[in-house]
Amino acid sequence: MIPDPWLPLLIVLSSLLTGVLIFFVGEEQHRTRSTLNLVGAVAKLLLVGVMVWGVFHRHRYETRLPLLPDQDFVLRADAMGMLFVGLSSVLWLLTTIYAIGYLEGSPHRSRFFGFFSLCVTSTMGIALAGDLITFMLFYELLTLSTYPLVVHRGTPEALHAGKVYLKYTLTGGALLLVGIVWLYNVAGSVEFTERGALAQVSEIHHPALLAIFAILIAGLGVKTALVPLHGWLPVAMVAPAPVSALLHAVAVVKAGAFGIVRIAYDVYGVEFAARLGVLKPLSWLAGVTIIYGSLRALAQDDLKRRLAYSTISQVSYIVLGIGILGPVATIGGVVHLVHQGLMKITLFFCAGDLAETLGIHKISEMNGVGRRMPWSMAAFTVAALGMIGVPPVAGFVSKWYLGSGAIDAKQYWALGVLAVSTALNAAYFLPILHRIWFRPASGEWPKPERDGLETRPTLLVPTLITALLSLAAGLFAGAPFSPLGWAKLIAAREYVS
Amino acid sequence: MIGGGLIYAIAGAILFSLGLYGLVVHPHLMRKLIAFNITGSGVFLVLVGLPQRMAGTPPDRVSEALVLTGIVVAVSATAFGLALVRRFYDLTGKTRLPNDPRPEP
Amino acid sequence: MTGISSVAPWIPSLILLPLAAGSLSFLFGPRSSLGLVAATPVGIGFALIQLLLEFNDTGLQHYPVGSWGSPLGIEFRADGLSLVMLGMTATVGIFISLYALGYFSGEQAGGVWFWPLWWFLWAALNALFLSADLFNLYVTLELLSLSAAGLVTLSGEWESLAAGLRYLLAALAGSLAYLMGVALLYGAYGTLSLELMAGLIRPEPANALAASLITVGLLLKTALFPLHFWLPPAHGSALPPVSALLSGLVIKASFYMLLRLWFEVFPSALTPVFAQGIGILGAIAVFSGAWLAFHQEKLKMLIAWSTVAQIGYLFLTFPLASASPAGALTALSGGVYLALSHAMAKAALFLAAGAMLKVTGEDRIDRLEGVGRHLPVSLFAFAIAGVSLMGLPPSGGFIAKWLLLDAALATGQWWWAVVLILGSLLTAAYIFRVLRRCFLAPPEHAVFHSVPVVMPIAAFSLAGIALLLGLTAVFPLRLLEKSAPYVAEAAIPFTVVP
Repeated sequence: MIPDPWLPLLIVLSSLLTGVLIFFVGEEQHRTRSTLNLVGAVAKLLLVGVMVWGVFHRHRYETRLPLLPDQDFVLRADAMGMLFVGLSSVLWLLTTIYAIGYLEGSPHRSRFFGFFSLCVTSTMGIALAGDLITFMLFYELLTLSTYPLVVHRGTPEALHAGKVYLKYTLTGGALLLVGIVWLYNVAGSVEFTERGALAQVSEIHHPALLAIFAILIAGLGVKTALVPLHGWLPVAMVAPAPVSALLHAVAVVKAGAFGIVRIAYDVYGVEFAARLGVLKPLSWLAGVTIIYGSLRALAQDDLKRRLAYSTISQVSYIVLGIGILGPVATIGGVVHLVHQGLMKITLFFCAGDLAETLGIHKISEMNGVGRRMPWSMAAFTVAALGMIGVPPVAGFVSKWYLGSGAIDAKQYWALGVLAVSTALNAAYFLPILHRIWFRPASGEWPKPERDGLETRPTLLVPTLITALLSLAAGLFAGAPFSPLGWAKLIAAREYVS
Repeated sequence: MIGGGLIYAIAGAILFSLGLYGLVVHPHLMRKLIAFNITGSGVFLVLVGLPQRMAGTPPDRVSEALVLTGIVVAVSATAFGLALVRRFYDLTGKTRLPNDPRPEP
Repeated sequence: MTGISSVAPWIPSLILLPLAAGSLSFLFGPRSSLGLVAATPVGIGFALIQLLLEFNDTGLQHYPVGSWGSPLGIEFRADGLSLVMLGMTATVGIFISLYALGYFSGEQAGGVWFWPLWWFLWAALNALFLSADLFNLYVTLELLSLSAAGLVTLSGEWESLAAGLRYLLAALAGSLAYLMGVALLYGAYGTLSLELMAGLIRPEPANALAASLITVGLLLKTALFPLHFWLPPAHGSALPPVSALLSGLVIKASFYMLLRLWFEVFPSALTPVFAQGIGILGAIAVFSGAWLAFHQEKLKMLIAWSTVAQIGYLFLTFPLASASPAGALTALSGGVYLALSHAMAKAALFLAAGAMLKVTGEDRIDRLEGVGRHLPVSLFAFAIAGVSLMGLPPSGGFIAKWLLLDAALATGQWWWAVVLILGSLLTAAYIFRVLRRCFLAPPEHAVFHSVPVVMPIAAFSLAGIALLLGLTAVFPLRLLEKSAPYVAEAAIPFTVVP
């Protein structure tokens, strides 16, 4: 049947239009701006829902516009893309609500939300991209739209963070461009196809394909924060909490990881990649990053920095899952894209709650805060336990599949990495939990603004929702509509047997 | 047989080189303009002389037209240049361009 | 002679309309400027669209002036490349005209003489892109240089006079070198027509001398390193609308001539040594220009040095297009597309800078804090234009960079790919150096003037077009393919026949 060209385009445009409109909203018109924001986010969620339903009923969606005489701009809905789109749109709505609350009273909100919406647009485009050039277009757009968010506060630290961020991400983008153009020269078409299209390329080009893979991973690795390209992430923590939540759970790091998934599965094809010999080095790189991130996290006292290093470590679980050949490991890696997103955003929301309500930025200041903010800290606990891998929170499911996949593929060293990492996770999360609940407070906490509610509802509600989702994703992992079920579908389509 | 045009062409080439040299080397603005005119004359000589380098070729109307056009262009350019030099001298009292090419802060 | 001789008036209108406007504005003074800005670009745009439609129908368009054929008469010719250049001129021209209406509306000096000079410059550009013989190219090039030099000196201050004088002398030297080369070629082959010359020319040492003279003259006019000394003072000290048209349009004219001559008339002389040599000069320009741009204190000088760097990119077209037929069309399309996007983006940059400078009254980059509050549109224009300059998607600059990278990798010249990538990163450095300033809060005592609203809007429109060029690239690129008859010869190796 003829694919529907409108829905993918509408999904991307819904936030582009919202963003452009918000730029024109006056600084004082809070209601208009918030309404625009929420309408846009809800509309997008509805559109995504329609698309998911459609994909389930085997409708095809494809937008195709000519970009160059021999290259098209392609937006397509496939299983992997739907996973990312779904995650992004849900978390976006929640982050929008959170950001409205967090930024109450601060300046330049129209500018902030305008670029915020552009970020969403870019992420949607990345998720729905049907070929590498479209992917690249939105990938670079993401860099450009996140920079103003990083430097939003205008302080010297923010500007410095922005400079570091640009240095890393623009270089990564340049590498990605070179890789894509080279690939195009060697292999022709660069559209995403299930199981990859490069297996047909003749033997003489294989060394080139190897080099191209390395360059592409290097380019994508910057945003994915693979060691040693991770330097920008901890520095970018100076940004406001909604931005950190965005960067770490939804947009930037996930875009990088998503890109790596696309390259390995839909451009090269996982079995061809294994034959080419690129999967093993990828998994080693992931392993190093996992351990390194966890080790650095131990040393941090600033809460957001500890969470940043935790992200560096956790996102590489996804890459590890890709690097290990076999459907089970794939399931583990792909599903962790969703699970890590849910858990990490909860943690960052909590960090933001603490900073906004009580002015807490350091872990050493967090003694006894569980008494003052029980609900937020409950959410924090759930997410932290998930990160460690305690059932029934979602993180346990991802680690289980990763571990099983490692055994299946006889990569026992990966099992060791997982074990060590889990221990380290416990080492840097459990003390925080202990402080929150079992230590007495060091001083008087500021009283809550409203009676009965520990902080603003716009801050609290999204936190609780994401925590619940993390729990649900683990508890109901067996259900067909869970992230796990979706990941199983993707893995089934990727492997021939 | 070599026609008379060749002498003019060679003279033109020499004038061109001399003029270009003068344009680059002399710092005084008036001399630069004069050098420009010498260079121009050199080119015109080549334009007319070169087609005539073989004896017996009829005069080339096209080259004559080209040179006439060229002279007009050169005259207007010189006039403009002179006006600029004059104004520059009135404003600054200098007859050479400042060495540092960047405008003053 | 190929193509059909057209009797339709489109080609002459493209030249006569701005000439008439120039004469009228000279006669009637500044009060006629509004009427002329309303009428002339519309007329030019209309003629251009008609010409485009004719070209789509019947191919190459010729027009003998007064019905006198060449060589004694002047013939004009329009092919795909000419049309793209004409379109570029018209688009940038419309918005610069609108901007200038706003810019000169106050007590700004120079408003009287801007208009005649600008219209004449536009006429010269149109005539240049339509010229089909070597001498007509010379005449139009001179017209262009004289008008441009006059525009540089508009403000009447001594720095502008010095810059204008330097520009004039360099331009005249370049034109004479070019004319000498033409004289040598005419003496050897007895024709001036581009098409005929392309068929007759042989690789001989005398032709090498002529080609060198022509090339050096045109390189001086296009300000390729090391002949770029006149550009930064001229573009940096001129009034913003003038800088916009200098960097955006005037530079492209001599570049166009180089492309035409090298790829249509004497492609067989394009040796690897020469091509790589030009490329090396281009690479040096890219790096040194970007480095110097980064270290400038004044905004307009930063943008001027940026032009020097971007011109370096343009010349990468030569090594990329001449290496093999595989890369030729891609590289040429990339180079022309780069010229096109750069015209839009650089003009937008200068126009936005002009608005920003008028608002703050300052030229220094480190005093630009808080401009975003008062001139969000101009700042956005600057940002979007910067995106195109950096070659980031979605923009015309990205498409051009993609094409050039493609050609570089297809012909195995990976070193030019490195130059392209590093150059873009350096461009990002100086663009963001300006942009980050605008995120800072302004000092307490900052005074902000107001600007006519047409100025930011014109800048933003041009920036938006640079963006759109990234999404609608197929149309200009297909048009460029139709100027391709000369492309196939681009890769014939050079052999000297004694």
